[in-house]
Amino acid sequence: MRARTLILAACVLLLLAVPPLATVFNQPYYIDLLRRVLIFGIAAVSLNLILGYGGLVSFGHAAYLGVGAYSVGILAFYGIHNGWLQWAVAIVASALVALLIGAISVRTRGIYFIMITLAFTQMLYYLGVSVEEFGGDDGMRLKVKSQFSGLVDLGDPVTYYYVVLALLLACMYLVHRLVNSRFGRVIRAAKSNEARTRAIGFSPYPYQLVAFVIAGAMCGLAGALLANHTAYITPAFMDWTRSGEIMFMVILGGMGSIPGPALGAFALLIVEDQLAGWTQHWQVIFGPLLVLSVLFFKRGLAGLLPGGGKDG
Amino acid sequence: MTTILVFEQLLNGLQFGVMLFLMAAGLTLVFGIMNLVNLAHGSLYMVGAYLTVSAVQWTGNYLAGVALGLLGTLAVGMLVEVIALRTLYERDHLDQVLATFGLILFFNELIAIIWGRTALYMSLPAWLQGHIEIIPGSIYPLYRAVVIGVGLVVGALLWFVVTRTRLGMLIRAGASNRTMVAALGINIRLLYTVVFGFGAALAGLAGLMAGPIYAVQPGMGELILIQVFVVIVIGGIGSIRGALVGSLVVGVVDTLGRAFLKPLLGHFISPPAAEAAGPALASMLIYLLMALVLSLRPEGLFPAKSG
Repeated sequence: MRARTLILAACVLLLLAVPPLATVFNQPYYIDLLRRVLIFGIAAVSLNLILGYGGLVSFGHAAYLGVGAYSVGILAFYGIHNGWLQWAVAIVASALVALLIGAISVRTRGIYFIMITLAFTQMLYYLGVSVEEFGGDDGMRLKVKSQFSGLVDLGDPVTYYYVVLALLLACMYLVHRLVNSRFGRVIRAAKSNEARTRAIGFSPYPYQLVAFVIAGAMCGLAGALLANHTAYITPAFMDWTRSGEIMFMVILGGMGSIPGPALGAFALLIVEDQLAGWTQHWQVIFGPLLVLSVLFFKRGLAGLLPGGGKDG
Repeated sequence: MTTILVFEQLLNGLQFGVMLFLMAAGLTLVFGIMNLVNLAHGSLYMVGAYLTVSAVQWTGNYLAGVALGLLGTLAVGMLVEVIALRTLYERDHLDQVLATFGLILFFNELIAIIWGRTALYMSLPAWLQGHIEIIPGSIYPLYRAVVIGVGLVVGALLWFVVTRTRLGMLIRAGASNRTMVAALGINIRLLYTVVFGFGAALAGLAGLMAGPIYAVQPGMGELILIQVFVVIVIGGIGSIRGALVGSLVVGVVDTLGRAFLKPLLGHFISPPAAEAAGPALASMLIYLLMALVLSLRPEGLFPAKSG
């Protein structure tokens, strides 16, 4: 375990060193790219809580990205730029949407769960497309970034980078604490054997629903961050391919591992960025790469770390 | 006048439902028999539409083009099954979803490389253009009526094949116990490839019929795919009867919602509010319907007994 801790600490140090290095080499683009990676890292970490530890294959996680982003956007549209309020609303709104979707979908199993979460996300996507007041299909600009009473300035790319990094680490710590708590043991038990979980006296449904809501709320925070990152909010945040990408980040990084999803977000977005810089038809290479990774790379990136793929 | 309008929109709903059924039948067969979740089913719909557009241009004959398009989609489907999907049957649903998601990206981009990203227009031969009078005072586009007819005929054929023929018997047997069927000397791998090919051809048929009505463009398959998921969840996964009922319900509800929800809402709330809420609500209607069905019957309307 010692080597593993060292490697992960080195990763964090490298991430901390990105802004100064990028400034020295005059490559501000990399601050932007890695900030995007970190934001999607939060989304992937949140999905991992229900997918990796809970066994709930949600194909609609982009919904909360959209709800979080639109919460910030709509409040800003009405002239409320207070970041504390905006982000709190983003988290609460995502949690409520997750509660509604979860209440119906968590009762179902397997393929039904996959299709239902996908369908509800698509419903929200169409809602975003059809509400003309907030830009409809074209989306809306976020003219003023979230304001934190002068405490931090998100307009400064480096400051914002460190805010996102801190939040990602906080989310990873939170998930780590959650899955090792009594609550986490119940959802992990329900994943490995639902019948036995019932037999020892736990009804999995409320536990899974709460996990679903926590994951949604955390992803809503990622949505609020993404809105500030792009300064533009479109229904495309909720596109079903986005849900697929977040799911891929979790799988690629390693399900049921704390650092895995963040590693997966890094790998997926960097490969995407490199391929896209190389040819406009990058998806024709990217798609088969994804297929191959599913077929032959089961353990995920975290599985390559010393100490194996699973940790609590 | 209003009754005629409602009647026409009902027919439009039926036409949409029939196309959903062609998609849903293939998807649900593949799921019921191979236990495979195939997101790339929408890609086969798209492939069918594109192959037919090109084949019609090449042969200059609509029917020959349609036949070539169908055969082409059948071949593409079987090829995809042999190359990529065959290894996925033993995997869990998560792997299947992810791998077929990768296939979608591949197909959409491949189509964009070959045919470009702009939407294509599929022209109809003269004998399919024009209108017919179904009830007095209402003229309906002939092509849409033909789509309904073709869909109903294919549905009946499908029912006949599955319940009355040897192939259908093997399909049903394969769905309930694949090991046993293999032990009785049936080449189960070949059976799977054939079933998948037929599912692909059904999707291709839906795609080529959709061509003249909707746009032929990369990504067209995913728009309908998610609606097909709603159909299957409502109808019950793995059940062809459920797919039929689900398709017609979703087709009619979606079409009527888009046509009448806005004016209907205008009676209850202010016209500007109805103007804003109508389209939003109409596009959400089938998902709300799905939520309602699931809260009453979590397994869908016609849960399949096996598979």
